[in-house]
Amino acid sequence: MKSEHAAKLKTYRLNESEYELIARLLGRPPRGVEWALFSALWSEHCSYKSSKVHLKKLFNKSSRVLESFGENAGVVDLGEGERVAFKIESHNHPSFIEPYQGAATGVGGILRDIFTMGARPIALADYLCFGEPSAPRMSPLVDGVVRGIGGYGNCVGVPTITGQTEFHESYSGNILVNAMAVGLFRPGEKIFLSKAKGPGNWVVYVGAKTGRDGVHGASMASESFEADSAAKRPTVQIGDPFYEKLLIESCLEVMKEDLVVAIQDMGAAGLTSSSFEMASKGGVGLSIHLDRVPLRDASMTPEDILLSESQERMLLVCEPRKFERIAAIFHRWGLDAVTIGEVTGKGL
Amino acid sequence: MSLPVGVLRFPGTNCDRDVFEALASQGARVEWLWHADRFDPKGYRALVLPGGFSYGDYLRSGALAARSPVMESAREAAVRGVPVLGICNGFQILCEAGLLPGVLIRNQGLRFIDDWMELNLVNSQPHFGRRMTAGIRTRLPIAHADGRYYIEEDGLKRLQDRGQIWWTFAKNPNGAVADIAGVMNEARNIAALMPHPERAMYEWMGGTDGAAFFDL
Repeated sequence: MKSEHAAKLKTYRLNESEYELIARLLGRPPRGVEWALFSALWSEHCSYKSSKVHLKKLFNKSSRVLESFGENAGVVDLGEGERVAFKIESHNHPSFIEPYQGAATGVGGILRDIFTMGARPIALADYLCFGEPSAPRMSPLVDGVVRGIGGYGNCVGVPTITGQTEFHESYSGNILVNAMAVGLFRPGEKIFLSKAKGPGNWVVYVGAKTGRDGVHGASMASESFEADSAAKRPTVQIGDPFYEKLLIESCLEVMKEDLVVAIQDMGAAGLTSSSFEMASKGGVGLSIHLDRVPLRDASMTPEDILLSESQERMLLVCEPRKFERIAAIFHRWGLDAVTIGEVTGKGL
Repeated sequence: MSLPVGVLRFPGTNCDRDVFEALASQGARVEWLWHADRFDPKGYRALVLPGGFSYGDYLRSGALAARSPVMESAREAAVRGVPVLGICNGFQILCEAGLLPGVLIRNQGLRFIDDWMELNLVNSQPHFGRRMTAGIRTRLPIAHADGRYYIEEDGLKRLQDRGQIWWTFAKNPNGAVADIAGVMNEARNIAALMPHPERAMYEWMGGTDGAAFFDL
């Protein structure tokens, strides 16, 4: 019994004190998919539990700062009617495991954070730190990362305009791949947030179908490396920049027509983090029917669906009467738009 | 009022807005043409196929777009002599559609390349950049992975004999046959190039040589 418990903690990458806190919050031990939810949401990648204290030191107090921590990207007012959204994020672990896809989905993820806010992505930048060129795997890592960034950016149509690259032996066993995106709001364009609201409003899934890629990716990305990076390859997401381009255009179109109440991309921990974040910011509950999620593989379990990190997907909240128009726009771009749940009055 | 210029949009086209702005800046009235819809081939004074990745280009660059409904109408218009310009992916689509000779294959270095290029105007074009005369040099950016123009020897000879080579690279970046950067059909109403004139419209973009291409 005891070893079973220890094995479970290991599988879900939780420690004993975290387990006790979960049990206290729930008033009982976690059951079923709850294990997976806590594992993902409490991972460093989603919760920044160890870096939060440092992030708080960053300066953000200015009348020019329109959006800051807690949203998908920061927004700064440049004056003269121009506002920019920008964000930088690391994709180190996936890039070390599978450099092309790791770097490509880093670019894809950061772009989604920008257009989720309603800004059109206009530029990309990268800050890359590699190890000694002679270190094991370093040459294919450099090559794969550079190709991944270029391939994704070119296809999605957003130029990489600047960046910085360093080589130092301290990165030989853990390269750093930071991707940054900048988006522009034209005068009069609205900033969209992820705060779910309005009980009775619908929760709509849009974009690519859900597959098994990236299941447990968030908790993997939060671990330190051992010798088994090849074995972790299935936890790396696969990007499709073509889908992302369709998603950019269709999302900006529904935002322009003001059809959305709230919108959030599905990044780390996929549907889990996007739905929980939207609910928690709005102080509401979301009732979600996992059996309505468009799947690539019908045999996926609820845990797979909740934790999949399939790329190029978004979650949005809309008034029921606006769904038809939203669906028409997404279908025109060849994307799925499915109602998978609704906003409920209270959190759980 | 003169007819509008139609800009074709496929899912994944990503230079469409730049081309739209470039045309509008030179005084043209511009309309979008959606990939899934046919249009009146007599309704446009010119058509432009911008760059990007039509349908993702996972099969072969331009292969799916060449068989789309909007291209059926574009073909009808082209046959009637309507000027058609293809840029980058638009060039690939026109070749795949058989409206231009040759094909575009993976760059010799097998990598995506992105740079400013010096180009030589081999034969002038009566519609796109009509004020530019053969022999001049221009400077435009490229950004492609499948930009290496290929045609068999007899085809190349035909292009040369009939004056269908539009632009050549001063320094070949991708292994293209005879340094070719752009070609025309025999009737000279269909023309395409790999470089992006819409990305060289203003000084702040790095150059202004592209503007002449959109002065119709």
